[in-house]
Amino acid sequence: MTDWGWLVPLPVVLPLSAAGLALALYRRPRLQRIVSLATLTIVAVVSAALLVIADSGPVVVEVGDWAAPVGISLVADRLSALMLTVSSVVILCVLIYSLAQGREDGERFAPISIFHPTYLVLSAGVANAFLSGDLFNIYVGFEILLAASYVLITLSGTRERIRAGTIYVVVAILSSVLFLVAIAAIYAAVGTVNLAQLAIRLPEVDPGVRLVLQCMLLLAFGIKAAVFPLSSWLPDSYPTAPAPVTAVFAGLLTKVGVYAIIRTQSLLFPGGRLDDVLMWVALATMVVGILGAVAQDDVKRLLSFTLVSHIGYMMFGIALGSVHGWSAAIYYVAHHITVQTALFLVVGLVERFGGTTSLDRLGGLAKMTPVLAVLFFVPAMNLGGIPPFSGFLGKVGLLEAGVQLGTPTGYALVVGSVVTSLLTLYALIKAWNKAFWQSPPEELPANRVPMGMVAPTAALVVVSLALTVFAGPLYAYTGRAAQTLQERWPYIEAVLPDGMRGEGESQRAADDAEVGG
Amino acid sequence: MSPNLVFVVTIGVLFTVGVYLVLERSLTRILLGIVLLSNGTNLLILVAGGAAGAPPLIGVASDRPMSDPLPQALILTAIVITLGLTAFLLAMAYRSWQLHRHDEVQDDVEDRRIVRLAARDERAFEDADTESDGETLDEEAASARDETDEGEAFDGAPSERPPPRTDHTTREEGR
Repeated sequence: MTDWGWLVPLPVVLPLSAAGLALALYRRPRLQRIVSLATLTIVAVVSAALLVIADSGPVVVEVGDWAAPVGISLVADRLSALMLTVSSVVILCVLIYSLAQGREDGERFAPISIFHPTYLVLSAGVANAFLSGDLFNIYVGFEILLAASYVLITLSGTRERIRAGTIYVVVAILSSVLFLVAIAAIYAAVGTVNLAQLAIRLPEVDPGVRLVLQCMLLLAFGIKAAVFPLSSWLPDSYPTAPAPVTAVFAGLLTKVGVYAIIRTQSLLFPGGRLDDVLMWVALATMVVGILGAVAQDDVKRLLSFTLVSHIGYMMFGIALGSVHGWSAAIYYVAHHITVQTALFLVVGLVERFGGTTSLDRLGGLAKMTPVLAVLFFVPAMNLGGIPPFSGFLGKVGLLEAGVQLGTPTGYALVVGSVVTSLLTLYALIKAWNKAFWQSPPEELPANRVPMGMVAPTAALVVVSLALTVFAGPLYAYTGRAAQTLQERWPYIEAVLPDGMRGEGESQRAADDAEVGG
Repeated sequence: MSPNLVFVVTIGVLFTVGVYLVLERSLTRILLGIVLLSNGTNLLILVAGGAAGAPPLIGVASDRPMSDPLPQALILTAIVITLGLTAFLLAMAYRSWQLHRHDEVQDDVEDRRIVRLAARDERAFEDADTESDGETLDEEAASARDETDEGEAFDGAPSERPPPRTDHTTREEGR
């Protein structure tokens, strides 16, 4: 078998190096654009390759050849490879969109010299969080992507963005502090931060202590994933950022939190002692989120609330704790990343065309720009879960898994998720009616929408449709990913072949020292 | 292994003061709170690594057990990250002061507006579909009645009726 290990660090290393290059080229915007575009394209290709390779077993790289529990390992298993592929495609589409917007608006959109390096760093952080096989390195990945996101959310420092950014930054930093405290506690309990070794050692710890550790990690990731009641920061801060930034945040940042929850729940804390609590949390997230969305008059805020609400679906799948539940949850994450990003990009186009996102002032868009209407309608129906779109398939998977569980809580969640999906449809149809069908209260400016911005949005919509067309193979893939998560040992064995240490250089050095000394 | 009591008390104090400061409105105080919290966390990691010992180098003979180098590496990383974030928060506090002459964290105006709307029981936005047009339900039904369902309204067969209102299409054509 050829060793494909060298591919694994690329999604982290390439964007980071390119970020430095882009920063150095700040006087040459053209070159900067080429650098970012080329890098993110390569990352997307590499991720797709990893998706195929990881299907035959996790690919492990020990960074700097330091053996596993001491050194940091990067692991691409099915779950991380899938997350990585979907997110790198989304990141690439949003980059093309923002390139077009930058060409159109110039410095009004964003100081280009800052935008490109930061965006690349964000992409590196996301990849690092997905690939890391080390709890502390996940923290570092989070910090990389969060630091980049702080810059992006306060771009050009206007009044509104500073206000929204303050809330976002403070909440994010607090969640990071919580995460770090959790890491310290885990290290004190078992003396390691390597995920595979944690998976071996944590079951030996006193159950009470283990419960505390699990709660702390869930709390830290829950804030990042915007799970109710830790979600109120999200609708406040996301809508004020520029459209591409909001889109990439909505698509990816919360999903990194969801990924971390899936990983820690399945690998570190099997047995699902908190599953009942998580189910109620999932139900509350779905219902409260969508009720918030119904009350909004601004499309961006409406979408932010649906984002919170649909995180509930993923929590539902995770809380079921079965292969079926996890498989559906992973599929739902992939579906939701593409659809939510596409919707935010379309709303960006609507804002450009009509000069506003307030439903009070929008109207008649279907007649004026049929293209935007189609681009909005398809992902909106997809989010609402209308067959045959991927949203429907994901929800059916979750419902099946919920019914299979067969407990009253399971049925409550099944009912709750159907109600939420209907309310999502209600909120989106209401917005659609007002913004696209009814006549506007005042004439809209009807600005030109550049092709370069429509094309990537359309591409994302097509990707979301592809998730429907290729739902069979994809669902089989997520099923296999969930199976690996359930079994746990493929991951552990890949990182620590003999259950003790990895295969890095440092192991050989230590052996030599022992023999020699 | 029992941890050093001085450390434990210090961590407790740092966290208490940090939490208190983070709950303030002024961004500068929040910043101080975050700095204290992060330092408390760093100490916590240090305690988690166990007691101090000999330098952790293979081949250096010593009668004491080695100290654990990993927590120190973690702390160093955490310190660097905190440094960067502190600088960013300071810049944000300064920008806020430039814009508003204060650095207080503000409420979300949009949230407040929606809450006021809810208190007055008003709709979030004007929507021709849900707006009442002064007609009662009976009047609407009367105007919607067509000639084909004479006397058959109650035999259970659903009769085809034209939609009650066609306002948005007609209005758009008149525009």
